[in-house]
Amino acid sequence: MAQLIATAPTAIGDAGAVNVPWNVRLRRLLRSRRPYLALLGIIAFFLAWYLLVDVLRFWRFRELPGFVASVREWINPNPVYGVSLFTAEYYNHMWASVYRVFVAFLCATGLGISIGILMGWRRIFYGLTFPILELLRPIPILAWIPLAIILLPGRELPIIGLTFLAAFFVTILNTLLGVKSIDPVYFRAARSLGFSQTAILFHVIVPGALPYIFVGLQIAMGACWFSLVASEIVSGQAGLGYKVWEAYYYVQFETMVIIMATLGFLGYVSSALVRMVGNRLMRWRARILAGV
Amino acid sequence: MSTDSSNGGTLSIRHAGKIYDPDGSNVVALDDVTFEIKAKEFCVIVGPSGCGKTTLLNAIAGFDQLTAGQILLDGELLTSPGKRLLPGADRMVVFQQGALFPWKTVLWNVTCGPIQQGRMSRREAERHATHLLARVGLTSIENQYPGELSGGMKRRVEIVRALMNDPKILLLDEPFRALDALTKSVVQEYLLELYDLTPKTVFFITHDIEEAAFLADRVVIMTTRPGRVMKIVNVDIERPRNHQVLTTPHFLRIENEVREAIHDEARKAFEAGERELA
Repeated sequence: MAQLIATAPTAIGDAGAVNVPWNVRLRRLLRSRRPYLALLGIIAFFLAWYLLVDVLRFWRFRELPGFVASVREWINPNPVYGVSLFTAEYYNHMWASVYRVFVAFLCATGLGISIGILMGWRRIFYGLTFPILELLRPIPILAWIPLAIILLPGRELPIIGLTFLAAFFVTILNTLLGVKSIDPVYFRAARSLGFSQTAILFHVIVPGALPYIFVGLQIAMGACWFSLVASEIVSGQAGLGYKVWEAYYYVQFETMVIIMATLGFLGYVSSALVRMVGNRLMRWRARILAGV
Repeated sequence: MSTDSSNGGTLSIRHAGKIYDPDGSNVVALDDVTFEIKAKEFCVIVGPSGCGKTTLLNAIAGFDQLTAGQILLDGELLTSPGKRLLPGADRMVVFQQGALFPWKTVLWNVTCGPIQQGRMSRREAERHATHLLARVGLTSIENQYPGELSGGMKRRVEIVRALMNDPKILLLDEPFRALDALTKSVVQEYLLELYDLTPKTVFFITHDIEEAAFLADRVVIMTTRPGRVMKIVNVDIERPRNHQVLTTPHFLRIENEVREAIHDEARKAFEAGERELA
């Protein structure tokens, strides 16, 4: 799980995104190499899929759903296997998953940040909670599935609970790291300036830890989708994870690929949203990184 | 200034001692240090690295505790080994590495002290801050973040932030160390300008002998291991001062007196360090 720990929170996205009007930013972007390289990479990927599966059809690639067939199924008003852009079922599964991730992520963010800050701020709390956290954190999310099913009633709660759990640990750890990363000189300065404990919390600890917190939240968002799909496969009756497995089971490979692509897209959008909120809240960093 | 601080600010350091004892090997950082800084006096402490200058500053600021002696402010006991002292706005610190909150604007940084202490309304504090910032040549930077400012600007903002609290004592720990020579001389003159405007008791630490003689009313020279007061040099140069005094024979004589006193000490400290490494 080493990759879940933020090392240097410099990766908070598109730095110059503040203060510059969008049309100027767009023109700048179009003049740079970046969008064209990105497009080229994506095209290369789909071309490889097309060539390997649709054209060459060698080895096990023969078994996979073709690129053309998959796209055709996706945009078909009357899809062969019942799932496309024009069917309600597609959006029902999407909504079920998005809703679960949303609830789980919000709970994990609220609880995780609060606990992480308490751990970084109060030594007693740290001593009390850190060892047990370090014992629970390495347990793979898949190992929690039976326990979640036994403990939480219904079919919805276990899935949300498991999705929550994955994000929860990551958020705590990164928040804790964020608080620890704050230079002690700021605490000294705050105390000299006569800050109350509440003022220190809101004006030193929270903003000081924010860069790490947001790196943590981005990783947490990824962890959410990961454990969501795993738990939907095991205990779901709806949702993208459930559907991807069902499609495999009934040999509807085109549908399977459509759902996979949808998961990729939703994962990307949700991460981008977290990044956007982060940039909003950390204008001071954005401006410095942009060198304005 | 809008608030009054006309009375007080006499700092007496009496037999101050500090022994660090991390692993049984006593390191004497301060040994029987006694001197007094008169109210509104600009006192500069110089000495080689490890002479306990910062230890003394931390004890006054309330970040650390003495193991012997007393520190008094206006005759009242501030701290002694038995009396824990908390940091407070009456003893403002300007830190060596800078401590402006990078996530807050300049205006927030500068006004937060009096607002948090409930001594000024936001409006009052902002008006006062704008005024003081302008005094040190900083206009229309209120809404910028510290990261957008140059080193010299940051130091000035930091000094203004400290003065906004109307402290009895201003504690500065090598505040201009990281600045280039040119910027340094400009910021020094701004500091003197603010000092002349509202004199305060100043406890200023530096390695720079020219800086010490240029700024100070008195220069306290300390020895190292153990940290003791070696010599106190009076600087009887009239205020207001500007950089033209640096070349007058009178200034050079004073600077030389400080330099000679400290030179022997520095060599001793250096040789002791070499011996330890050998």
